[in-house]
Amino acid sequence: MLTNVLLGLLAAAAGLCLLRMLRGGSLPDRVVALETLLVTVVCGIAVLAARTGSGLFLDVLVVVALLGFTGTALVARFIERRGAR
Amino acid sequence: MTVGVLLAVVASIGLQRFPDVFARMHAATKPATLGLALVLGGAALVMDDAGSVVKLLLVVALQFVTAPVGSHLVGRAAYRAGTELDESTAVDELAGIDPDA
Repeated sequence: MLTNVLLGLLAAAAGLCLLRMLRGGSLPDRVVALETLLVTVVCGIAVLAARTGSGLFLDVLVVVALLGFTGTALVARFIERRGAR
Repeated sequence: MTVGVLLAVVASIGLQRFPDVFARMHAATKPATLGLALVLGGAALVMDDAGSVVKLLLVVALQFVTAPVGSHLVGRAAYRAGTELDESTAVDELAGIDPDA
């Protein structure tokens, strides 16, 4: 099944994002990694929805997209004030 | 959808390989956005009720609007907070210009 392969690839991508988040480098690095992780999760939910054909989880996608942006903006403000660490 | 997933994987590989925040931002934002658009577009082709298609397209539009803004905010904050550039960076065009840096 194609969708299983796609989900596996997305899981690998999410793992790489998590690795970057844990290894860090600096706080902005972690923010960028978190953003990419959210995009990966959204892709995964979309693949699942396409596989089952049900639009049950699509509301979650909208919420995650919005929260991801507000979170990024807030942490960027925080970094600007406090300095990257 | 397959191409989109591959692009998402490319984004996270770039997150591992590139040397500093600014290069990683390029790697993370562009392929991830295009990949998301392709995946959700593919899902929208599969779905058969109009509400789901509208929601998927809404997420794509949101991502296209917010991803550049978000990465710009992070990049500016990182530069002003004094994150050091990798030594392979050729030109620092903001050096001496941004008074807050």
